[in-house]
This record gives sequence, structure tokens and C-alpha cells, in this order.
Amino acid sequence: MIPFKKLVLIVLLVSFLGCDDNENTIIDPITTIGTITVDFNHYWGSEKITSADFNTTTFTNENNDIQTISKLKYLISNLTLHKANGESLKLNDYYLVDLAGLNSNTSITVSDVPVGNYSSVSFTFGFNEADNIEGAYLDLNSASWNWPAMLGGGYHFMQFEGKYGTTGTENPYAYHMGTARVSTDVFEQNFFDVSINGFIMGEETSTEIKMDISEWFKNPYTWDLSVYSTPLMTNYDAQLLMNQNGQSVFSLGVVN
Amino acid sequence: MLKRIKIISLIFIFSSCSETGIETYTAYSPTPSPLNIPQIFASTILPPIQSIDNPQTEEGVQLGRKLFFDTILSVDDSQSCASCHSPENAFTDTDRFSEGIDGILGNRNSMPLFNMAWNYDNKFFWDGRSFGLEKQALEPVIDPIEMHNTWSNAVLSLQNDLEYPQLFFDAFGTLVIDSLLVTKAISQFERTLISSNSRFDKHLLGEITLTASELNGFNVFMDETKGDCFHCHGSQNNPLWTDNNFHNNGLDATFLDLGLGIITGDPNDNGKFKSPSLRNLKFTAPFMHDGRFASLDDVINHYSEGLINSLTIDPLMKSVNDGGVQLSATDKIDLKAFLLSLSDDEFINNPDFQAPN
Repeated sequence: MIPFKKLVLIVLLVSFLGCDDNENTIIDPITTIGTITVDFNHYWGSEKITSADFNTTTFTNENNDIQTISKLKYLISNLTLHKANGESLKLNDYYLVDLAGLNSNTSITVSDVPVGNYSSVSFTFGFNEADNIEGAYLDLNSASWNWPAMLGGGYHFMQFEGKYGTTGTENPYAYHMGTARVSTDVFEQNFFDVSINGFIMGEETSTEIKMDISEWFKNPYTWDLSVYSTPLMTNYDAQLLMNQNGQSVFSLGVVN
Repeated sequence: MLKRIKIISLIFIFSSCSETGIETYTAYSPTPSPLNIPQIFASTILPPIQSIDNPQTEEGVQLGRKLFFDTILSVDDSQSCASCHSPENAFTDTDRFSEGIDGILGNRNSMPLFNMAWNYDNKFFWDGRSFGLEKQALEPVIDPIEMHNTWSNAVLSLQNDLEYPQLFFDAFGTLVIDSLLVTKAISQFERTLISSNSRFDKHLLGEITLTASELNGFNVFMDETKGDCFHCHGSQNNPLWTDNNFHNNGLDATFLDLGLGIITGDPNDNGKFKSPSLRNLKFTAPFMHDGRFASLDDVINHYSEGLINSLTIDPLMKSVNDGGVQLSATDKIDLKAFLLSLSDDEFINNPDFQAPN
């Protein structure tokens, strides 16, 4: 039903567990399978951000605008671990990260992951063209995560909202990302692939993927909220700038 | 997906009635009655929330229907649930604030009732204070400005009734009525109130063609530079036409009613209320949590020119500093036509949803 391509994964697990009670020998218990927890954590520079910071904590962006955050929700897909020898293991198809309080969704746990040294972690920010199918995912539809058909359809990649400016005269911003509309009925793919450092996978490993939120406003384009605040979904230039700035927001954090 | 509910039907009750000397020996075997999931929902959104400890049965639904329309639940036998939640109004009423049994008005507009099993977060009321329909149904009976009853008195009235004890037995296998069983039955009935046959639904199913005005209205609804309604009110891919979430949509600068903020205690939630579904607007005026807008035109004008800034206004009310999204006269007419295409006459006329005889 889910039209993701089946990952070609050849895992040669030769698990020879010999146990001879009579001789009472114990084969060295090499654990070949572990459980990984991937936590998506969010920072402004080095400062960790949670939903407790929503609406109240102010941040100064690269353009020296003061802003608050009230929503940060984004889609990642095809989260994959890679080995130096070219083998890869897809951990999941897609995941909607949401920082909001009670319903926060920031952690993926996958069991049955072969232990060992993974050279890199990759995922797609949003959906790639093959996966970004209009209306195809019931859970995302239920979350009203759709991207309007007039803008190319499929799904939002991110909804990042808040206010900027001086208290009392703030303006809203809605940094919403998805497929870019070049002109009427002409669309351009706007996802990007992320590759970050790998780690050594053990029996129980927890890995942090960090998003530095300030990077969305910094690199390479110094984001000016007075130019690009809202509406941005329909703004081709803004969509492309989001794509460029997004490339540097993720990095590998703490691995335990 | 729908697992057939296995009902343990091997419960026999041996009840002896000493006054009459008649002994009854009745089998408890309710008939499972899973919700009918409309195609338009099955193909777009997740399955409805099933209540683990309150499976739908024919007997439970029929009992709930009888209770819903019965004034027996109010202290003076004058009001039923349907007094403020009438089928002809998609289970709301036409008042800004509904009048309770003592003639006292509430302070919020009665909510319409439909598609409630698809409220995935399971938070009910304008401020989301009740988790689960069964919990919600506990409140109006004992609210002093609504039915003004006590549960012990309501249960006593039901227990002393000629018909109800047997109906509770048929639905739940016990002759002993309590408030939880009452709310379970009412919730079962409410979950059957499914609305999925609007003109727009039929358009999506390819059964009818919408007018040019309705279609343009849908584009206004979906266009971020025009109505931008879809972020909170669903789309063709989420035909609930609500996100069932809580927002401040720019009604007031300060709040007489804190809404979600009362419940969470978080000042950042002040002035937030649940997004209502846009289905059945033809029947559900007046609008907003406090029923301040008498007509759909008033609502559209609010988003177009009437937005008021406040500390907790949703950033999606993006044009607040211009007063709103500034729709053209034509776009307003078309948007209204589209919105009305979400109304479902078959729903309000469904014989299963009317008062039982």
C-alpha cells in the first residue's frame, strides 16, 4: 500500500549460536542486533529549544529580527543508515516531527538494527518526487498536512510559525515549505537530501539528530522576515531560499 | 481494519423477582454494530477512534438514541440532549446561547454533533476539556445551567422507569443502571451520527458536478493568498473539514472567555477554541464559540476584514495587520457557495437520527 520502493537490503546475518550443555562451553555472545533510538532535538545555535519555549522565548536571527516560535513541525522520509561498504538500512518510510507539547513527536525507535559501524545517516527533508503523492498517506491527511494541489499537491515539508518584531506590534510569519510553484501548473521539486555523520551502533544506541533552527535564517541567505514572512507557500523565491538554507540545519549530535 | 467485536454472549442472569414470584432467565447477547465508515473517509483519513470498553451494539445505540431524546435526564423532565442538539440543526440549535431548564443562558454556543469518532485527539467541548465522548456526556446532565440534575437522581428516574432497566440489560447485561452506562449508550448513538453525503462529497465521488461558483470558492478556500482556510479546516484529503485543534482566530483583543487557557492554565492558550467542522453550516448558525456571528456572511467578513490582534492570535491569521485577507466580493460569494456545498441534507433527515417513537 505504501508506495515506497523496497529497499534492497542484504544483511548477511550468520548467527551461529551453539550451546552445548554437556561441555558447558559458552560461545562469546556477540550481539548482532540492537535497538536504536533517533531523537530529533532542536537548538537555536547551542541553546536547546523545546515547546516550553514556544511563544515566550525570543530569538534574534541573523538579520537581527527578534522572533518567537509557536509551531515547528516537519516531515522527514527514508531515514537510512549507511555502511562504508555501501550497504544501507532504511529505518523508516516517513516521520512527522512535531515539537508541540502534549502530542510531541520527536523520537523514532527501531529494533533489529545490526550493530556495527555506520559511516553516515541520510534522510530526505520532505518527500522526494516519487513519495510525494497527493493524498496517499492517511495519517498525514488526518493531520491536515497536505500541500494544496494548486501549488503542486502532495504534502507540506515544514510548518514553522511564530511572530517577529517588537512586542505589541508583532507580525506573524508562516515559514511553510513544500513543492515550489514556478508559475500556474508548473512546479519544481523542493525536497533536499540530508547526509550527516555516522556512528557506532551497539546493542542499545541513542542518537541525536540536531536541527539548528537559526540556520533556516542564516546560511547562505540572511533571511529578512520583513520581506519573507507570509504568504510564502506561493512564493517561488522564498521556497528556493528555504531549500538552500535548510541544507545546513541538521547535524549529528550526541550518541550514547 | 475493523475487527469484529466479539461479544461474550454467555452471560446469563438469573434474577428472581420475589414480589411477583416470576423468575426470568434471560440471555445477554447484544448485536455488534460497528460503525459504517463512509468510502469518502476510508479512502482519505485514519479509521475512527474505537472505544475499547464501549463497543458499538445495536442495543446500545438504540438505548442511547432513546436517552438522547428523553427529557427524563433533566431534573424537571423538561429538557433532553436534543433540546439544544436538534437533528434539523445538525445537532446544535439556533440560539446564540442555549437556555437551560431554569431559563439561564449558557456562555457558549451549542456545538453541532457529527463525525465525532474521527476526533482523533478525543478532546470534546469548545475548550477540549473532556477526554472522550463518554466523559463529555457526563456534564450537561449535572450542569446547573443546563439540565441541573444530579446523576443519582437521573439514575433513579431511569431505574424506576418501566422500560429502561430491560433496555440497559439488553445493551450492557445488567439491570443496575449507573451514570457510566448512560453515557456509554449516549456515546454509542452519537458515534453513529456520521455526515458524509454533502454535495462536495458527491463531487469527490464523481457523482455530481459542482457549479463554477462552488469550484472557485474551493480555490479561494485552498489559496494561501486568498482564504487560506485549509490549514485549520481540512481539504478534499481531510473531509472532516476541521483539524479538531485549538486556535485564536482573531475575534477579540482581550478575552472574556479564556477558552483552552482555562483548561491548560497556560496564558499562551488564552482565547483559543476548537476549530469547528465546516460541514453542515447551512443548519448550524449562529457561528463561533460564542455564537456572535448570525450568518455565514458575517464569518467570511470577519476573516476578510474583521481580524483583531491579540497576544495569542494564531500566526495563520497572517493578514491581521491589514484586518484580514481582503477577499473580493465575488470571492466571498463563491467561498460561501463552496462552504454551503459541505452541508448534508441526508444527514439531518436520516430517519435513524430522529427521535424514537
